[in-house]
Amino acid sequence: MEETQNSDLMIQAMGLTHFYGPRPAIEEVNFGVKRGEILGFLGPNGAGKTTTMRILTGYMPPTEGKVTLADYDVVEQSLEVRKRIGYLPETVPLHTEMPVSSYLKYMGTLRGMPARQIKRRIGDVIEVCRLQDYHKTIIGKLSKGFRQRVGIAQAILHEPEVLVLDEPTIGIDPIQVVETRRLIQDLGKEQTVVLSSHILPEVNMICERVLIIHEGHIVAEDTPGNLAQRLQGVDQLQVEVGGPAQEVLSVLRRVPGVTEVTQRYNQGRNVYIVHVEQGKDLRDEISRAVVSNEWSLLSMQLVSMSLEDIFLRLTTHEEL
Amino acid sequence: MRTIQAVAWKEIQVYFGTPIAYIVGMIFLALTGIVFAIGVVPSENNPFPEATLDSFFTWTSLFLIFLPPALTMRLLAEEQKLGTIELLLTSPVRDWEVIIGKYTASFVFLLAMLALTLYYPLLLYIFAEPDLGPLYAGYLGLVLYGAAALAIGMLTSTITSNQIVALIVGIGVIGALYVVHFSTDLVGGVASVLIGEIGFQSHYEDFGRGVIDTKHVVYFLSVIAVFLFLAIRSLEFRRWR
Repeated sequence: MEETQNSDLMIQAMGLTHFYGPRPAIEEVNFGVKRGEILGFLGPNGAGKTTTMRILTGYMPPTEGKVTLADYDVVEQSLEVRKRIGYLPETVPLHTEMPVSSYLKYMGTLRGMPARQIKRRIGDVIEVCRLQDYHKTIIGKLSKGFRQRVGIAQAILHEPEVLVLDEPTIGIDPIQVVETRRLIQDLGKEQTVVLSSHILPEVNMICERVLIIHEGHIVAEDTPGNLAQRLQGVDQLQVEVGGPAQEVLSVLRRVPGVTEVTQRYNQGRNVYIVHVEQGKDLRDEISRAVVSNEWSLLSMQLVSMSLEDIFLRLTTHEEL
Repeated sequence: MRTIQAVAWKEIQVYFGTPIAYIVGMIFLALTGIVFAIGVVPSENNPFPEATLDSFFTWTSLFLIFLPPALTMRLLAEEQKLGTIELLLTSPVRDWEVIIGKYTASFVFLLAMLALTLYYPLLLYIFAEPDLGPLYAGYLGLVLYGAAALAIGMLTSTITSNQIVALIVGIGVIGALYVVHFSTDLVGGVASVLIGEIGFQSHYEDFGRGVIDTKHVVYFLSVIAVFLFLAIRSLEFRRWR
């Protein structure tokens, strides 16, 4: 992971664990976010993204572990941390009975902004989030997409050093998704941004670095480019065959689609690791090849698929 | 201070911008108007009524079991329901500032409601010569009593995201403090004195007679302080759930 005690790091999370009841939502999560970086948390629903963000923003303390933001402890110096973040929770909770501009004014005052600055910034964010025609509208009457914009507007109102956006493009229409992404990229030029998503192409597009989180653990961390390469990686099958090793090897290697076969002894039994071309399921062909030679197929299973498994559960393309 | 103001101001705007508070206020004025009339209009049982607000003060303490928790039930339960509490608690606002701000808003609305009832003593003043002492003291008693009930409602609003639950539990607690006074005869000795001291009634009655006793003022201020403190702790505690 990141080296510790590095002042370039805006956010530093060490050994974060959080329990809801007996089950940990996240366990031993470590990561760092550099100043000005756009970091994406990628993972299927229920992976622990929201939990991590709630801890980052000081909404709830971790059961174990420590997070610092701009060198302030999120739990011990919560107020200092909260002054420096803008947060968009996943559900975009807003006071539905208030007009947009009164709501923004309220949020600005809560953040301790001087009245004159609030006025100027409301003008700015209404323009940036394209809410010009709606600043007097009651929030409850806005569509989901516009509420999302109001949510982003309140998050950036006080020009926070860190923006935490939980699933910022969920549930809005495709054109607004494109606009929102562009907006986040623009904001990322000045601010540190941490966002979460379950859409693979989205994080590839926006983020400079991606953390893949699955069942409460960070399972991979890389740039979007490198991750894409790892996605192209080979799939593997572990096959246990009762038969003469050399012949089995050569037969397995001749199965179309197989790129490589290695042999491994496992407690006196012959186990073969079969690498296959990406995306191909050769279990049928392999079992037939084994059986047609009158060997016994003792077991066959997919191995080291964890990362790929997770990717399969992500939305890998957008449904427009 | 500015954040308390911001929280309070927002809630006051909501109070005066939504129907619920008007409904509560309307019911309050209708009920108090009736009991005021019962006290001062001559009838068979009471052919020569006195120019006092005794009837108003006695009955209004009963109405204040139900109305304050109806004003406060929204304050935190709704934030929890809508999820807006997540943005509130991640803003640089201390938990006590949230509670005090919201409490202040509900208190302002209570004062507005009570201010509208000043119409009754005004009528008395115009058509008769009421004794002013009991009027001043009685209103002070009502304000303290109402403020204590609001503090209890504040606590119950923090413990649940369901406004109805907040309302009913609030009515239960305030109601218990109201009726406990009548159970003093069931037990004797020290217990009876203790129970009498805990309840609202033994402290509230004197105000209606025109007596402002520091002991009673301190009692109501203590109730307010204790329940607001518990509300703050309850809000802090929800972070750890």
